[in-house]
Amino acid sequence: MTRFILRRLLQSGIVLLGVTLVVFLLLQLVPGDPVRVALGTRFDPETYEALRSRAGLDQPLPVQYASYVGQALTGDLGVSFRSGRPVTEIVLERLPATLSLAITAVVFALLVAFPLGVLSALRSGSVFDHAARVFSQFGVSVPDFWMGIMGILLFAGVLGWFPPSGYVALTEDPVGWASHVFLPAVTVGLVTASILTRFIRSSVLEVLAEDYVRTAEAKGLPTRVVVVRHVLRNALIPVVTVVAVQLASLLGGVIVIEVLFAWPGVGRLTYDAVQARDYPVLQGAILLVAALFLLVNLLVDLLYARLDPRIRVR
Amino acid sequence: MTDEAVLSVADLTVTIGTRRGAARAVAGVDWSVRAGQTLALVGESGSGKSMSVLAATGLAPRAARVTGDVRLLGTDLATLSAARRRRMRGRHVGFVFQDPMTSLNPVLTVGRQIGEASEAHLGLTRRAARARAIEMLELVGIPSAAERVDAYPHQLSGGMRQRAVIAMALVCEPDLLIADEPTTALDVTTQAQIVELVADLQRRLGTAVVWISHDLGVVAGLADTVAVMYGGRIVEQGAVDAVFAEPAHPYTAALLAARPDPDANVTELVTIPGTPPSPLELPEGCAFWPRCSVRGDSRCERELPPLVPVAAGHQVRTFYPRQPTGEDR
Ligand SMILES: Nc1ncnc2c1ncn2[C@@H]1O[C@H](COP(=O)(O)OP(=O)(O)OP(=O)(O)O)[C@@H](O)[C@H]1O
Ligand code: SF4
Ligand SMILES: [Mg+2]
Repeated sequence: MTRFILRRLLQSGIVLLGVTLVVFLLLQLVPGDPVRVALGTRFDPETYEALRSRAGLDQPLPVQYASYVGQALTGDLGVSFRSGRPVTEIVLERLPATLSLAITAVVFALLVAFPLGVLSALRSGSVFDHAARVFSQFGVSVPDFWMGIMGILLFAGVLGWFPPSGYVALTEDPVGWASHVFLPAVTVGLVTASILTRFIRSSVLEVLAEDYVRTAEAKGLPTRVVVVRHVLRNALIPVVTVVAVQLASLLGGVIVIEVLFAWPGVGRLTYDAVQARDYPVLQGAILLVAALFLLVNLLVDLLYARLDPRIRVR
Repeated sequence: MTDEAVLSVADLTVTIGTRRGAARAVAGVDWSVRAGQTLALVGESGSGKSMSVLAATGLAPRAARVTGDVRLLGTDLATLSAARRRRMRGRHVGFVFQDPMTSLNPVLTVGRQIGEASEAHLGLTRRAARARAIEMLELVGIPSAAERVDAYPHQLSGGMRQRAVIAMALVCEPDLLIADEPTTALDVTTQAQIVELVADLQRRLGTAVVWISHDLGVVAGLADTVAVMYGGRIVEQGAVDAVFAEPAHPYTAALLAARPDPDANVTELVTIPGTPPSPLELPEGCAFWPRCSVRGDSRCERELPPLVPVAAGHQVRTFYPRQPTGEDR
């Protein structure tokens, strides 16, 4: 088990190295000179050169890359072109906003999708099943920004129940955080819920047709036991992966939603960094997202091994 | 001890709604099985063997409409609530299905799967159920049962798994064991062991057995009575010795002739020409007519032959029963 985790961490490290290389090379291809952008109207050749050499941009590319990786290993991701602050600090301070939005959205999605998906599979063909399918069709076909705008108009505008945008840290004011996170989380969560509902429904339907479910019924077990112990135990194993993929993609920041709701998360940071050609920050943000993605994957694999005895952790 | 049947079905009919119309998988079937006795259901694939036992015990698919009378231990199942029927099923009827790999839940230990019926029906605690599962594993001849009880299905061989399934079916000491082609997925040696195991348990516990098979050799050695099914109906029924010695229906005779001879070259398997009828379009007359070698007259095609006695306890559904061989008349 420990060996498995160590090996996976090592693999993750290699993947992250690959990510830095790809990002680094891609940024070379992007037109525009970041230092020029950073200086803006205050441009003068001397400062320009000074800034360039301070950022190491006058060095050959392999040297630039090697020194970036070397510093990254010590936790130093460079400084922002725009603000001059350390990138690590900038990126990490955005993490709580993104994490809390992503987790809230996924929890909301599960609360909706789990009962909906399971019940519509157990009562497939019923009115309830059809209603659930209309819901999930709606969720995947309506763009999230449109849903967000409608949410703001209705709940913030007409009803005034929630603030239209903004962020309050959970640690500072839990109630304020909750009222601010509600609209963006529901907006993002509805899409996720639709995807999960569909997936859970088809997974449960598939297991219901399995021979071992008939065996369980042949034993005369109470319906609740058949459903929970035999159907759900099996049907939910693949669902774990889908939930993880959804969570991981939300951890990358939902740019549109974060911009719409003025949510200061990683998505918003990425958006701003692109606008400002703040390459160090952009690199840092992508690296963080990749690391989170790998972490979620590792956790899923460990969870899988716990849920499915056929999978041996080697 | 009593002449009362453990399970009896009368005029059992199963119609399954499909996209291409109603399929009549079972049509007016009657049979019964007594304590300590074995009834064999034989017939080609699709003849309605499985569906008839599933329907009789309330396990037919949701799309199926089941009619007819089913009496389990003297109780008319139609008079019971769904919950009572379910409890009867788990407590008094055990099932062994064809494929031991797919009929076990892959994420639960075999011990748990064996024990859970005794928790539900005998009120055992989880610990007691585990102890009971170990006993059952020993009973069906699994070595080091105390360790195997915590194994998952994938950790056992095919033969072991089928033994575990039998242990599962017998955990509440049911009055009836229904075995639906329990040896098909196994190799010949294991097949023989499983047959012997069930026969032995039956002798010891006095269980009634319904054994579904298309292996007539197994049936001959194991069953007391046999019902031959074709196109959802019983075409011949009676004591195993009588039916096998003097098959009166052309289909039974053909089945027996098609039986692989252990001495003969296996590749020279005789098969019955033609295919069984589709349950979606059963003919008006005798379902075997297109394939029948006797095929008396146009009456066979138009009219359904009734099930009539040819000897005591031996019935056949044909207008032209085969005359007993060696007997001139
Ligand atoms: N779920 C279902 N939906 C529609 N038709 C079905 C279904 N299950 C079985 N049938 C039909 O019912 C008929 C009887 O099937 P059954 O499984 O009882 O046959 P069988 O005699 O057990 O055959 P086998 O030896 O292949 O197990 C078949 O023609 C089959 O096509
Ligand atoms: S009724 Fe006619 S067709 Fe049918 S089995 Fe008998 S002889 Fe053959
Ligand atoms: Mg069958």
